[in-house]
Amino acid sequence: MTSHVDYLLHLADNALVLGQRNAEWCGHGPVLEEDIALANVSLDLIGQARLLYQLAAQLSGGEVSENTLAYFRDVADFRNYTLLELPHHGPLAANAAADRDYATTIVCNFLYSALMALLWEALQKSQDAQLAAIAAKSQKEVRYHLRYSRDWLLRLGDGTEESHRRAQAALDHLMPYTQEFWIDSQPESEASAAGVGVDLKSLKADWDSIVDQALREATLDRSTAAGYLSQGKMGQHSEHLGYLLGEMQSLPRAHPDGCW
Amino acid sequence: MSTRVEAAWAALDVLFDPEIPVVTLRDLGILRAVRETADGLEVVITPTYSGCPAIGQIEDDVRATLQQQGISARVITQLAPAWTTDWMSEAGKEKLRDYGIAPPHRTPFECSVIRFVARQPETGPADAIACPRCGSLNTSETSRFGSTACKALYRCLDCQEPFDYFKPY
Repeated sequence: MTSHVDYLLHLADNALVLGQRNAEWCGHGPVLEEDIALANVSLDLIGQARLLYQLAAQLSGGEVSENTLAYFRDVADFRNYTLLELPHHGPLAANAAADRDYATTIVCNFLYSALMALLWEALQKSQDAQLAAIAAKSQKEVRYHLRYSRDWLLRLGDGTEESHRRAQAALDHLMPYTQEFWIDSQPESEASAAGVGVDLKSLKADWDSIVDQALREATLDRSTAAGYLSQGKMGQHSEHLGYLLGEMQSLPRAHPDGCW
Repeated sequence: MSTRVEAAWAALDVLFDPEIPVVTLRDLGILRAVRETADGLEVVITPTYSGCPAIGQIEDDVRATLQQQGISARVITQLAPAWTTDWMSEAGKEKLRDYGIAPPHRTPFECSVIRFVARQPETGPADAIACPRCGSLNTSETSRFGSTACKALYRCLDCQEPFDYFKPY
Protein backbone atom coordinates (compact mmCIF):
# COMPACT_ATOMS: atom_id res chain seq x y z
CA MET A 1 0.00 0.00 0.00
CA THR A 2 2.87 2.40 0.81
CA SER A 3 4.32 2.21 -2.68
CA HIS A 4 0.82 2.69 -4.13
CA VAL A 5 0.45 5.91 -2.12
CA ASP A 6 4.01 7.00 -3.00
CA TYR A 7 3.24 6.49 -6.68
CA LEU A 8 0.12 8.67 -6.40
CA LEU A 9 2.15 11.32 -4.56
CA HIS A 10 4.76 11.29 -7.33
CA LEU A 11 2.04 11.99 -9.91
CA ALA A 12 0.34 14.57 -7.67
CA ASP A 13 3.57 16.39 -6.78
CA ASN A 14 4.48 16.67 -10.48
CA ALA A 15 1.16 18.33 -11.22
CA LEU A 16 1.17 20.61 -8.17
CA VAL A 17 4.76 21.82 -8.56
CA LEU A 18 4.42 22.62 -12.27
CA GLY A 19 1.01 24.17 -11.60
CA GLN A 20 2.52 26.45 -8.96
CA ARG A 21 5.55 27.26 -11.15
CA ASN A 22 3.42 28.15 -14.21
CA ALA A 23 1.16 30.30 -12.04
CA GLU A 24 4.13 32.60 -11.38
CA TRP A 25 3.43 34.04 -14.83
CA CYS A 26 -0.02 35.13 -13.67
CA GLY A 27 0.02 38.92 -13.98
CA HIS A 28 3.44 38.79 -15.74
CA GLY A 29 2.68 37.06 -19.05
CA PRO A 30 4.25 38.49 -22.20
CA VAL A 31 0.72 39.23 -23.50
CA LEU A 32 -2.68 38.94 -21.85
CA GLU A 33 -3.64 35.75 -23.72
CA GLU A 34 -0.50 33.98 -22.49
CA ASP A 35 -1.16 35.12 -18.96
CA ILE A 36 -4.62 33.56 -19.16
CA ALA A 37 -3.40 30.43 -20.95
CA LEU A 38 -0.79 29.54 -18.35
CA ALA A 39 -3.20 30.27 -15.52
CA ASN A 40 -5.63 27.85 -17.19
CA VAL A 41 -2.95 25.18 -17.51
CA SER A 42 -2.15 25.69 -13.83
CA LEU A 43 -5.81 25.34 -12.93
CA ASP A 44 -5.95 21.97 -14.70
CA LEU A 45 -2.71 20.78 -13.09
CA ILE A 46 -3.74 21.82 -9.59
CA GLY A 47 -7.13 20.18 -10.17
CA GLN A 48 -5.38 16.94 -11.16
CA ALA A 49 -3.13 17.22 -8.10
CA ARG A 50 -6.17 17.63 -5.83
CA LEU A 51 -7.87 14.50 -7.18
CA LEU A 52 -4.64 12.51 -6.71
CA TYR A 53 -4.00 13.87 -3.20
CA GLN A 54 -7.60 13.08 -2.22
CA LEU A 55 -7.10 9.51 -3.37
CA ALA A 56 -3.72 9.22 -1.60
CA ALA A 57 -5.27 10.63 1.58
CA GLN A 58 -8.16 8.19 1.40
CA LEU A 59 -5.72 5.25 1.08
CA SER A 60 -3.50 6.61 3.86
CA GLY A 61 -6.36 7.10 6.32
CA GLY A 62 -5.98 8.80 9.71
CA GLU A 63 -5.43 12.55 9.80
CA VAL A 64 -4.03 12.74 6.28
CA SER A 65 -5.92 15.05 3.90
CA GLU A 66 -5.27 16.69 0.54
CA ASN A 67 -4.24 19.80 2.48
CA THR A 68 -1.71 18.08 4.74
CA LEU A 69 -0.17 16.42 1.67
CA ALA A 70 0.12 19.64 -0.34
CA TYR A 71 0.93 22.12 2.40
CA PHE A 72 2.58 20.32 5.28
CA ARG A 73 5.26 18.22 3.64
CA ASP A 74 8.81 19.49 3.18
CA VAL A 75 11.24 19.45 0.27
CA ALA A 76 12.63 15.97 0.93
CA ASP A 77 9.08 14.52 1.04
CA PHE A 78 8.17 15.79 -2.44
CA ARG A 79 8.50 13.27 -5.28
CA ASN A 80 8.22 15.48 -8.37
CA TYR A 81 10.70 15.52 -11.25
CA THR A 82 13.43 18.12 -10.75
CA LEU A 83 12.60 19.47 -14.25
CA LEU A 84 9.26 20.83 -13.01
CA GLU A 85 10.63 22.82 -10.06
CA LEU A 86 13.28 24.71 -12.06
CA PRO A 87 12.70 28.46 -12.36
CA HIS A 88 11.79 30.17 -15.63
CA HIS A 89 15.35 30.89 -16.67
CA GLY A 90 18.54 29.23 -17.85
CA PRO A 91 21.29 27.96 -15.56
CA LEU A 92 23.26 31.21 -15.36
CA ALA A 93 20.63 33.84 -14.51
CA ALA A 94 21.31 36.27 -11.68
CA ASN A 95 17.91 35.87 -10.05
CA ALA A 96 14.55 34.37 -10.88
CA ALA A 97 12.52 37.55 -11.07
CA ALA A 98 14.93 39.47 -13.31
CA ASP A 99 15.55 36.84 -15.96
CA ARG A 100 12.27 35.10 -16.57
CA ASP A 101 12.42 33.46 -19.98
CA TYR A 102 9.26 32.34 -21.74
CA ALA A 103 11.09 29.79 -23.90
CA THR A 104 12.22 27.94 -20.75
CA THR A 105 8.62 27.74 -19.51
CA ILE A 106 7.39 26.51 -22.88
CA VAL A 107 10.10 23.85 -23.31
CA CYS A 108 9.53 22.55 -19.77
CA ASN A 109 5.77 22.30 -20.34
CA PHE A 110 6.27 20.66 -23.72
CA LEU A 111 8.65 17.95 -22.46
CA TYR A 112 6.36 17.14 -19.51
CA SER A 113 3.08 17.30 -21.48
CA ALA A 114 4.48 14.96 -24.14
CA LEU A 115 5.21 12.44 -21.39
CA MET A 116 1.87 12.86 -19.62
CA ALA A 117 -0.18 12.58 -22.82
CA LEU A 118 1.23 9.05 -23.08
CA LEU A 119 1.18 8.22 -19.38
CA TRP A 120 -2.41 9.34 -18.70
CA GLU A 121 -3.50 7.36 -21.76
CA ALA A 122 -1.79 4.23 -20.41
CA LEU A 123 -3.00 4.77 -16.82
CA GLN A 124 -6.62 4.52 -17.96
CA LYS A 125 -6.03 0.77 -17.73
CA SER A 126 -4.74 0.97 -14.13
CA GLN A 127 -5.96 -1.66 -11.66
CA ASP A 128 -6.79 1.25 -9.37
CA ALA A 129 -10.19 2.25 -10.78
CA GLN A 130 -10.13 5.73 -9.24
CA LEU A 131 -6.64 6.41 -10.69
CA ALA A 132 -7.94 5.21 -14.07
CA ALA A 133 -10.85 7.68 -13.77
CA ILE A 134 -8.47 10.53 -12.90
CA ALA A 135 -6.26 9.52 -15.84
CA ALA A 136 -9.22 9.67 -18.24
CA LYS A 137 -10.02 13.24 -17.16
CA SER A 138 -6.39 14.36 -17.11
CA GLN A 139 -5.73 12.92 -20.55
CA LYS A 140 -8.35 15.25 -22.06
CA GLU A 141 -6.66 18.20 -20.36
CA VAL A 142 -3.06 17.33 -21.20
CA ARG A 143 -3.99 17.09 -24.88
CA TYR A 144 -4.63 20.83 -24.80
CA HIS A 145 -1.46 21.49 -22.80
CA LEU A 146 0.61 19.56 -25.33
CA ARG A 147 -0.95 21.31 -28.33
CA TYR A 148 -0.47 24.66 -26.65
CA SER A 149 3.20 24.17 -25.69
CA ARG A 150 3.98 22.48 -29.02
CA ASP A 151 2.48 25.42 -30.95
CA TRP A 152 4.67 27.82 -29.01
CA LEU A 153 7.72 25.62 -29.49
CA LEU A 154 7.16 25.83 -33.26
CA ARG A 155 6.49 29.54 -33.13
CA LEU A 156 9.64 30.25 -31.11
CA GLY A 157 11.92 27.71 -32.80
CA ASP A 158 10.85 28.47 -36.36
CA GLY A 159 10.53 32.18 -35.59
CA THR A 160 12.98 35.03 -35.39
CA GLU A 161 16.72 34.65 -34.84
CA GLU A 162 16.32 35.70 -31.20
CA SER A 163 13.34 33.43 -30.46
CA HIS A 164 15.16 30.50 -32.09
CA ARG A 165 18.31 31.13 -30.07
CA ARG A 166 16.37 31.25 -26.81
CA ALA A 167 14.29 28.15 -27.58
CA GLN A 168 17.45 26.21 -28.41
CA ALA A 169 19.17 27.43 -25.23
CA ALA A 170 16.13 26.39 -23.14
CA LEU A 171 16.15 22.96 -24.76
CA ASP A 172 19.89 22.52 -24.14
CA HIS A 173 19.36 23.50 -20.51
CA LEU A 174 16.33 21.30 -19.81
CA MET A 175 16.78 18.17 -21.94
CA PRO A 176 19.31 16.56 -19.52
CA TYR A 177 16.64 16.65 -16.79
CA THR A 178 14.41 14.35 -18.84
CA GLN A 179 16.84 11.49 -18.12
CA GLU A 180 15.05 11.24 -14.79
CA PHE A 181 11.84 10.10 -16.54
CA TRP A 182 13.44 6.81 -17.52
CA ILE A 183 15.28 5.72 -14.37
CA ASP A 184 13.60 3.25 -12.03
CA SER A 185 12.29 4.24 -8.64
CA GLN A 186 10.88 1.84 -6.07
CA PRO A 187 7.32 3.21 -6.05
CA GLU A 188 7.18 3.18 -9.85
CA SER A 189 8.55 -0.36 -10.15
CA GLU A 190 6.19 -1.70 -7.48
CA ALA A 191 3.17 0.16 -8.82
CA SER A 192 3.94 -1.06 -12.30
CA ALA A 193 4.36 -4.66 -11.10
CA ALA A 194 0.98 -4.43 -9.30
CA GLY A 195 -0.75 -3.15 -12.44
CA VAL A 196 -1.46 0.19 -10.75
CA GLY A 197 1.27 2.12 -12.55
CA VAL A 198 3.00 1.99 -15.91
CA ASP A 199 6.64 1.25 -16.71
CA LEU A 200 7.72 4.52 -18.32
CA LYS A 201 10.41 2.81 -20.36
CA SER A 202 7.61 1.29 -22.42
CA LEU A 203 6.58 4.84 -23.43
CA LYS A 204 10.03 6.15 -24.32
CA ALA A 205 9.92 5.37 -28.05
CA ASP A 206 6.59 7.22 -28.41
CA TRP A 207 7.86 10.14 -26.34
CA ASP A 208 10.99 10.34 -28.54
CA SER A 209 8.87 10.43 -31.65
CA ILE A 210 6.57 13.22 -30.34
CA VAL A 211 9.63 15.26 -29.31
CA ASP A 212 11.63 14.60 -32.51
CA GLN A 213 8.72 15.45 -34.78
CA ALA A 214 8.04 18.75 -32.96
CA LEU A 215 11.73 19.71 -32.88
CA ARG A 216 12.03 19.02 -36.59
CA GLU A 217 9.10 21.32 -37.36
CA ALA A 218 10.51 23.89 -34.96
CA THR A 219 13.94 23.70 -36.71
CA LEU A 220 15.57 22.98 -33.34
CA ASP A 221 18.38 20.50 -32.70
CA ARG A 222 17.68 17.80 -30.16
CA SER A 223 20.13 18.36 -27.32
CA THR A 224 21.92 15.44 -25.75
CA ALA A 225 20.29 14.17 -22.58
CA ALA A 226 23.47 13.38 -20.67
CA GLY A 227 25.49 14.51 -17.66
CA TYR A 228 24.07 15.07 -14.19
CA LEU A 229 21.18 12.76 -13.45
CA SER A 230 18.54 14.59 -11.43
CA GLN A 231 16.58 12.54 -8.87
CA GLY A 232 13.74 14.74 -7.67
CA LYS A 233 11.35 11.81 -7.78
CA MET A 234 13.47 10.16 -5.08
CA GLY A 235 13.31 13.28 -2.92
CA GLN A 236 16.69 14.75 -3.91
CA HIS A 237 15.81 18.18 -5.21
CA SER A 238 17.48 21.30 -6.56
CA GLU A 239 17.74 24.35 -4.30
CA HIS A 240 14.75 25.85 -6.15
CA LEU A 241 11.99 23.67 -4.70
CA GLY A 242 12.41 25.06 -1.18
CA TYR A 243 11.66 28.59 -2.34
CA LEU A 244 8.65 27.41 -4.35
CA LEU A 245 7.21 25.51 -1.38
CA GLY A 246 8.05 28.40 0.96
CA GLU A 247 5.83 30.70 -1.09
CA MET A 248 3.10 28.14 -1.72
CA GLN A 249 2.86 26.85 1.85
CA SER A 250 3.32 30.05 3.86
CA LEU A 251 -0.37 30.89 4.19
CA PRO A 252 -1.66 27.48 5.37
CA ARG A 253 1.35 27.13 7.68
CA ALA A 254 0.64 30.54 9.24
CA HIS A 255 -3.08 29.72 9.61
CA PRO A 256 -3.25 25.91 9.74
CA ASP A 257 -7.01 25.70 10.24
CA GLY A 258 -7.86 28.79 8.20
CA CYS A 259 -11.05 28.57 6.22
CA TRP A 260 -12.55 31.19 3.92
CA MET B 1 -39.14 6.65 -13.05
CA SER B 2 -40.44 6.89 -9.51
CA THR B 3 -42.24 10.01 -8.34
CA ARG B 4 -39.41 10.84 -5.94
CA VAL B 5 -36.87 10.70 -8.76
CA GLU B 6 -39.10 12.80 -11.00
CA ALA B 7 -39.61 15.37 -8.27
CA ALA B 8 -35.85 15.64 -7.74
CA TRP B 9 -35.22 16.10 -11.48
CA ALA B 10 -37.91 18.77 -11.61
CA ALA B 11 -36.41 20.60 -8.65
CA LEU B 12 -32.89 20.49 -10.08
CA ASP B 13 -33.91 21.39 -13.61
CA VAL B 14 -33.90 25.07 -12.74
CA LEU B 15 -30.24 25.13 -11.70
CA PHE B 16 -27.91 27.01 -14.04
CA ASP B 17 -24.16 26.77 -14.44
CA PRO B 18 -22.57 29.42 -12.17
CA GLU B 19 -20.16 30.57 -14.88
CA ILE B 20 -22.42 30.31 -17.94
CA PRO B 21 -25.79 31.31 -16.51
CA VAL B 22 -27.83 30.47 -19.64
CA VAL B 23 -27.40 26.70 -19.64
CA THR B 24 -28.65 24.37 -16.94
CA LEU B 25 -26.54 21.76 -15.17
CA ARG B 26 -28.69 19.18 -16.94
CA ASP B 27 -28.01 20.76 -20.38
CA LEU B 28 -24.28 20.59 -19.72
CA GLY B 29 -24.37 16.98 -18.54
CA ILE B 30 -22.90 17.93 -15.15
CA LEU B 31 -26.02 16.66 -13.41
CA ARG B 32 -25.59 13.06 -14.37
CA ALA B 33 -28.17 10.96 -12.58
CA VAL B 34 -30.86 10.85 -9.93
CA ARG B 35 -31.47 7.33 -8.70
CA GLU B 36 -33.11 5.29 -5.99
CA THR B 37 -30.68 3.21 -3.95
CA ALA B 38 -31.10 0.99 -0.91
CA ASP B 39 -29.98 3.97 1.23
CA GLY B 40 -32.38 6.44 -0.34
CA LEU B 41 -32.20 8.94 -3.16
CA GLU B 42 -28.81 9.69 -4.73
CA VAL B 43 -27.91 12.63 -6.99
CA VAL B 44 -24.76 12.19 -9.09
CA ILE B 45 -22.78 15.15 -10.37
CA THR B 46 -19.52 15.18 -12.31
CA PRO B 47 -16.86 17.89 -12.66
CA THR B 48 -16.09 19.27 -16.12
CA TYR B 49 -12.36 20.05 -15.89
CA SER B 50 -10.34 18.67 -12.93
CA GLY B 51 -9.66 22.17 -11.65
CA CYS B 52 -13.05 23.71 -12.46
CA PRO B 53 -13.58 26.16 -9.60
CA ALA B 54 -17.36 26.09 -10.14
CA ILE B 55 -17.80 22.50 -8.96
CA GLY B 56 -17.92 23.51 -5.27
CA GLN B 57 -20.59 26.10 -6.04
CA ILE B 58 -22.53 23.57 -8.12
CA GLU B 59 -22.52 21.02 -5.31
CA ASP B 60 -23.71 23.68 -2.83
CA ASP B 61 -26.48 24.77 -5.24
CA VAL B 62 -27.68 21.18 -5.67
CA ARG B 63 -27.74 20.52 -1.92
CA ALA B 64 -29.48 23.83 -1.15
CA THR B 65 -32.16 23.26 -3.79
CA LEU B 66 -32.90 19.73 -2.60
CA GLN B 67 -33.15 20.98 0.97
CA GLN B 68 -35.47 23.85 0.04
CA GLN B 69 -37.78 21.41 -1.74
CA GLY B 70 -37.70 19.07 1.25
CA ILE B 71 -36.10 16.30 -0.78
CA SER B 72 -33.71 14.14 1.17
CA ALA B 73 -30.90 12.86 -1.06
CA ARG B 74 -27.17 12.29 -0.99
CA VAL B 75 -25.04 14.22 -3.48
CA ILE B 76 -22.08 12.29 -4.81
CA THR B 77 -19.32 13.33 -7.22
CA GLN B 78 -18.33 10.73 -9.76
CA LEU B 79 -15.36 10.99 -12.13
CA ALA B 80 -15.85 7.96 -14.38
CA PRO B 81 -16.76 7.91 -17.15
CA ALA B 82 -15.13 11.29 -17.63
CA TRP B 83 -17.38 14.19 -18.56
CA THR B 84 -17.36 15.07 -22.24
CA THR B 85 -18.86 17.94 -24.22
CA ASP B 86 -20.63 15.23 -26.26
CA TRP B 87 -23.08 14.95 -23.34
CA MET B 88 -24.22 18.52 -23.84
CA SER B 89 -27.83 18.60 -25.04
CA GLU B 90 -28.73 20.10 -28.45
CA ALA B 91 -30.92 22.63 -26.64
CA GLY B 92 -27.93 23.51 -24.47
CA LYS B 93 -25.75 24.09 -27.53
CA GLU B 94 -28.35 26.43 -29.05
CA LYS B 95 -28.57 28.38 -25.80
CA LEU B 96 -24.78 28.77 -25.82
CA ARG B 97 -24.84 30.09 -29.38
CA ASP B 98 -27.58 32.60 -28.51
CA TYR B 99 -25.46 33.73 -25.58
CA GLY B 100 -22.47 34.37 -27.88
CA ILE B 101 -20.43 31.24 -27.17
CA ALA B 102 -19.71 28.94 -30.12
CA PRO B 103 -20.81 25.43 -29.05
CA PRO B 104 -18.26 22.58 -29.11
CA HIS B 105 -17.58 20.48 -32.19
CA ARG B 106 -18.07 16.77 -31.66
CA THR B 107 -14.42 15.89 -31.89
CA PRO B 108 -11.28 17.93 -31.32
CA PHE B 109 -9.60 19.17 -34.47
CA GLU B 110 -6.14 20.40 -35.36
CA CYS B 111 -5.49 23.88 -36.67
CA SER B 112 -2.30 25.37 -38.04
CA VAL B 113 0.02 27.48 -35.91
CA ILE B 114 0.12 31.25 -36.32
CA ARG B 115 3.82 32.05 -36.80
CA PHE B 116 5.89 35.13 -36.10
CA VAL B 117 7.26 34.74 -39.61
CA ALA B 118 4.91 33.76 -42.46
CA ARG B 119 5.33 30.11 -43.54
CA GLN B 120 3.57 27.86 -46.00
CA PRO B 121 0.86 26.09 -44.03
CA GLU B 122 1.79 22.44 -43.52
CA THR B 123 -1.76 21.28 -42.98
CA GLY B 124 -4.91 21.98 -44.94
CA PRO B 125 -7.49 24.56 -43.87
CA ALA B 126 -8.66 23.95 -40.33
CA ASP B 127 -12.15 22.77 -39.51
CA ALA B 128 -13.79 26.16 -39.07
CA ILE B 129 -15.74 27.34 -36.03
CA ALA B 130 -18.81 29.41 -36.95
CA CYS B 131 -19.12 32.86 -35.42
CA PRO B 132 -22.06 32.73 -32.98
CA ARG B 133 -23.09 36.28 -34.02
CA CYS B 134 -22.98 36.39 -37.83
CA GLY B 135 -22.50 32.69 -38.63
CA SER B 136 -19.37 33.33 -40.71
CA LEU B 137 -16.82 30.52 -40.97
CA ASN B 138 -14.06 33.07 -41.54
CA THR B 139 -12.81 32.94 -37.93
CA SER B 140 -9.46 32.42 -36.26
CA GLU B 141 -8.21 31.25 -32.89
CA THR B 142 -6.74 33.99 -30.70
CA SER B 143 -5.82 31.70 -27.83
CA ARG B 144 -6.47 28.09 -26.93
CA PHE B 145 -7.39 29.16 -23.40
CA GLY B 146 -10.08 31.69 -22.50
CA SER B 147 -11.95 33.21 -19.59
CA THR B 148 -12.78 29.81 -18.07
CA ALA B 149 -11.12 26.40 -18.29
CA CYS B 150 -13.71 25.13 -20.77
CA LYS B 151 -13.42 27.90 -23.37
CA ALA B 152 -11.00 29.16 -26.05
CA LEU B 153 -10.78 32.69 -27.47
CA TYR B 154 -11.72 33.25 -31.10
CA ARG B 155 -12.42 36.20 -33.32
CA CYS B 156 -14.59 36.62 -36.38
CA LEU B 157 -12.74 38.08 -39.35
CA ASP B 158 -16.00 39.22 -40.99
CA CYS B 159 -18.00 40.94 -38.24
CA GLN B 160 -14.75 41.64 -36.35
CA GLU B 161 -16.21 40.51 -33.04
CA PRO B 162 -14.26 38.40 -30.54
CA PHE B 163 -16.12 35.40 -29.14
CA ASP B 164 -15.70 32.38 -26.85
CA TYR B 165 -15.60 28.83 -28.18
CA PHE B 166 -16.63 26.01 -25.86
CA LYS B 167 -13.79 23.52 -26.40
CA PRO B 168 -14.55 19.89 -27.19
CA TYR B 169 -13.45 17.83 -24.17
